[in-house]
Amino acid sequence: MLRFILSRFARAALTIGMVVTFAFVVLRLSGDPAQIILGADAEPEAVDAFRASWGLDQPVWLQYFHYFGAILSGDLGRSMRDGRDAMTLVLERIPATLLLTLPALAIKLALGIPAGMLAALHRNSFLDRAVMALAVAGFTVPSFVLGLLLVLVFAVQLGWLPSGGQGTWQHAVLPVITLGVGGAAVLARFTRSAMLEVLGQPYIRTASAKGVPWGAVVRGHALPNAAIPTVTIIGFMVGSLIAGAVVVESVFSWPGVGRLLVVAVANRDLAVVQCVLLLVAATMVTSNLVVDLLYGVLDPRLRSR
Amino acid sequence: MPEAPLIPVTTAPAAPRRRLPVLVILALGWIGLMLAVAALADLIMPFGITQLDLRNRLSPPIGFGGDWLHPLGTDELGRDVLSRLIASIRMSLFVAFGATIIGAVLGTTLGFLAAQFRGLVEQVVLALVDFSASLPFLILALSVLAFLGNSMWLFIGLLGLHAWERYARIARGLAIAAAGQGYAAAVRQLGASAWRVQLRHVLPNIASTLIVSMTLAFPEIILLESGLSFLGLGVQPPATSLGSMVGYGREYLTTAPWVLLAPACTIILTTFAVSILGDWLRDRLDPTLR
Repeated sequence: MLRFILSRFARAALTIGMVVTFAFVVLRLSGDPAQIILGADAEPEAVDAFRASWGLDQPVWLQYFHYFGAILSGDLGRSMRDGRDAMTLVLERIPATLLLTLPALAIKLALGIPAGMLAALHRNSFLDRAVMALAVAGFTVPSFVLGLLLVLVFAVQLGWLPSGGQGTWQHAVLPVITLGVGGAAVLARFTRSAMLEVLGQPYIRTASAKGVPWGAVVRGHALPNAAIPTVTIIGFMVGSLIAGAVVVESVFSWPGVGRLLVVAVANRDLAVVQCVLLLVAATMVTSNLVVDLLYGVLDPRLRSR
Repeated sequence: MPEAPLIPVTTAPAAPRRRLPVLVILALGWIGLMLAVAALADLIMPFGITQLDLRNRLSPPIGFGGDWLHPLGTDELGRDVLSRLIASIRMSLFVAFGATIIGAVLGTTLGFLAAQFRGLVEQVVLALVDFSASLPFLILALSVLAFLGNSMWLFIGLLGLHAWERYARIARGLAIAAAGQGYAAAVRQLGASAWRVQLRHVLPNIASTLIVSMTLAFPEIILLESGLSFLGLGVQPPATSLGSMVGYGREYLTTAPWVLLAPACTIILTTFAVSILGDWLRDRLDPTLR
């Protein structure tokens, strides 16, 4: 068990290292930030001064080491646009994003899991087909189209809800629904197939054959086993709480991390993009790690290893 | 050897000639239509995609007060929505096909490499898989696109990285499993090289699983492409794709919703059709993938 935990931690650390390297390679070697920020017709002296102050005049490998060291000490650089601390800029936006993604996660779980379970338990029934048709529809409608359609109906035609921006709770309704519906569809599909897989196992048949009531078979044998793969996808959803709303935030002009990222990308604001990238990766990796460790709790077969 | 009576193999689906479900027929029909539109785009486009008709700006589609000159209406600049839609379908399908194939080839190759050499190579591939799983693809794509600039080929190649790890995982697992089976050992004993075993014997055996994965990845790539183009970070003007049309049409949501609705419906129907087809193929070809 200890070995299992340690190896998971090592893999998580390695993955973070790879993300840092990736960020460095892509973001630093791709162009000349000084030219981009200051414009092509900037004074050479200004460009040189800019490079020196950002450390861009040093050899690449030295930049890489400094970069790793800076990140380890928690310094993620300053926004090249307004000189503010990149980390602060990003952290400021997180509450706004969570205001959308947390309720959306609740909707996903509350709709997706029961729907998937019901569909699996009534396989090939009308209910199953209806749930699956809705799930495919929810999955194939892109979030920006769904969001804009909701705006068209509820904001433009009916005038019930605001079409964008942040302020009252009404502003959050449409983005939360947009985010929740797609995720619920994915989760329903996933839960259904996990459940079907389990229901086909011999131990379910054995339990039924020895006279256990069907309800008890489902609760005692099917659900715990189906929970194991479902936890993976829920972990993924928890991991994407911070970055899962990039498109939806843009649709609704919601001032969250996603909107910040899109603007930073358009402005080629390296420090901010790096910061979001690392933060997202760290959240993802942590959540994957928790899922792996949860596996050990949920699945007794892993505990003995 | 006396001839054994032919016994139908009961484990394989006994192929009862079931009729295609109606939904699958409709899906196939829609996909066929889209492919035909993409192939014949230059012939059937009534106008150029940048051609302006300033006397008919924001003219509505037929049924909402429009005329046959512009069946799906025009946008703010008087550009024909139908023509732009046709060009967009061609662009989106081209990008999605290219990216799906790149992802499948890349992932399968890496999966085979991992299965063939094990050891360090396998660890590197698995570490890369971990890396892919640690970043939502949209975030990765956003950073690469913005910082490497945007060109058509970079964009397609980047989308090709989507889902590569899925093929790699499947190909590695199946190749390792296949290597333990009689037929692979038999060909190896006959002196076939490792690559011959993998490509001529293992690949055909796992092809159905890979094809199903491709059908499932295809709509995801369409959604990614349109999402990125919607954000203005994908296909760049003057070229147009379904996503960038929606992004442009968003400005006229209140005055001319048809500019947005035409590409939006096309995206939904196409991803829906391919998903239906993929689910159906998966059920038919590969029951283990559920």
